[in-house]
Amino acid sequence: MWMGGSSLLRPPSKPRVRFDQRRGRPGTLGGSVHVARGYPYHEGVTSATVVAEMPGPVVELLSKALVGELTVIDRNGRFRTDPLIPFWDGRYVLMTSSILFSRKLEDIKRNPRISLSLSDPVGIRAQPFSRATIQGDARVIDDDLHQGWYRLVPLWEAKEPIIKTFLKPLQKLGLPLFWERAIIEIVPKRVLWWPDGDTTRDPQVTDVRQAAA
Amino acid sequence: MNLGHALSRLPGYPHAVLVVPDDDGYPLSVATSFRVVDGTVEVTPASTGPRAVRDTVEARLVVSHIRPYPGVGYDQRRYIELSGALSVGGPVWRFTPQAARGWDEQALSFPELCQRALPQARRYLAILSTERGREVKPQMNAGWRFFLATRLPFLTATIVPVFLGFAAAAYDHHFSIGLAALTLLGALTVHLGLNVANDIFDTLSGVDEVNFTPTKFSGGSRVLQYGLVSLRQMMALAAVFYAVAIIVGLVLVAISGLGLLWLGVAGVLISYFYTAPPLRLVHRGLGELCVALGFGPIMVLGTYFVQTGQYALRPLILSIPVAILVMLILYANEVPDRFADAKAGKRTLVVRMRPAAVIRGYVAAVAVAYLVLSAGVVFGVLPWPALISLLTIPLAYQTWKGLKAH
Repeated sequence: MWMGGSSLLRPPSKPRVRFDQRRGRPGTLGGSVHVARGYPYHEGVTSATVVAEMPGPVVELLSKALVGELTVIDRNGRFRTDPLIPFWDGRYVLMTSSILFSRKLEDIKRNPRISLSLSDPVGIRAQPFSRATIQGDARVIDDDLHQGWYRLVPLWEAKEPIIKTFLKPLQKLGLPLFWERAIIEIVPKRVLWWPDGDTTRDPQVTDVRQAAA
Repeated sequence: MNLGHALSRLPGYPHAVLVVPDDDGYPLSVATSFRVVDGTVEVTPASTGPRAVRDTVEARLVVSHIRPYPGVGYDQRRYIELSGALSVGGPVWRFTPQAARGWDEQALSFPELCQRALPQARRYLAILSTERGREVKPQMNAGWRFFLATRLPFLTATIVPVFLGFAAAAYDHHFSIGLAALTLLGALTVHLGLNVANDIFDTLSGVDEVNFTPTKFSGGSRVLQYGLVSLRQMMALAAVFYAVAIIVGLVLVAISGLGLLWLGVAGVLISYFYTAPPLRLVHRGLGELCVALGFGPIMVLGTYFVQTGQYALRPLILSIPVAILVMLILYANEVPDRFADAKAGKRTLVVRMRPAAVIRGYVAAVAVAYLVLSAGVVFGVLPWPALISLLTIPLAYQTWKGLKAH
């Protein structure tokens, strides 16, 4: 556990987590997942504050993944999948999406249920390689499209160093709306992990909330 | 994306992600291997633990690819999402695709993808505006917005002919710094007015809206498409620039003589009606001629007249190469814009001509520019140091290669 219970009731606008680039995962915080009752966007949380464990190998996958396939449910109840770069801040799975590609944001606002596949051996340089699926509830943080997502830049830059170049003012002029972005924040609910990446075998299933209840 | 095309591309991906409905209403995704067989996809059964995958008509099969660049990021992004029915009976599962969507950045560049996505961005901003009861707009500080909206870097196309006019006048022993400053101000504001008016009328006519391949040199500033500046603000900006230009022009006429008036009036009219109705000169294949006249004889001769109170052959000869070269800036940048221009009825020279003729036209114009310059020196109209301009020939060659590549 890396944070006191009462503070979890506040929206995590400025998470107190520092990304340890050397280890490729949050510094001293391990893989704890924190969700809280009364948190306005997350359904199904049982009682008081729940603290659960994200399996360490899945944290490793999240920390190394350049791509994950995010599936959302659209307005017609159908699935829609987009590849996105996932981040892990020690608390939530985080992603960022430009308003140019904001259909997924609209979909999440209507239905927060998502699934994230971490399965590409080329896009995920984790050793040893494994595969995982994270199901959970997502929320969109878009109160400050221009600056709010900048808190993800250290995590983003750790995976895609060139992003720092693109953030220079003159560079941003080329595609200004690409830099108007929302954060997708995912509270994991269930994690399926295939230790050697072989999905014909049974996965280890962790119900993240039940695990710590 | 066409389903047949998507299926033909599928074998290039080493694995897929199968997405099916879970019992509790969540999507459930799992990686698997697959092979395409007669328009369907055989999927290796995957284990999802206690939550078994069942037959469904709402399955998705997703393939994606990136090429990581350690220390940089990644490229070669592409993905395909197939929607269809999944049957899980038997030793292999069968996925019957019904539709496909996706993106391959080698087929559709990322900048173009972004331009095509502008309506979705506007839609999202509109939704946020409704939710919050106030207008939500993209943000950019006023300085950068001004920089973008006015296309400031293009002012070099005005600075060069104006300074040539100064040089010609100084060569004839006439130069007033005060008049030079006023001349430069007038010329720059006409050009700024032109840039802003061009964006306004290209937006109103739909030209910029259907241009998905703008470059830093073409396709307008796009501040209106991005919602960074309102149409009303752009109109006000254009009005201010033209007002300043007209006032400065009238002052210069009062100082230098009525002989300047006709050039000034021609300059402002060409600038405004370049894209403005009813003339819309650029839509009639006259844009190139207008630019040549405006940035060549009008600016060089006008500047010379302000300083000397008369017209002369030397500045006229001097204006021809710069007229052609500035015209070629437009001409070359019409090449990437040609499809959007044609779609919007903007019949530029490049739209009107076949690709081979466009290249030949470029070569001929460049040749004339350098020949006139050389002839001016040979016949003693221009001083020999003017030949230094020939050093730019390699740049013209590079542009020719770039045009051929397009």
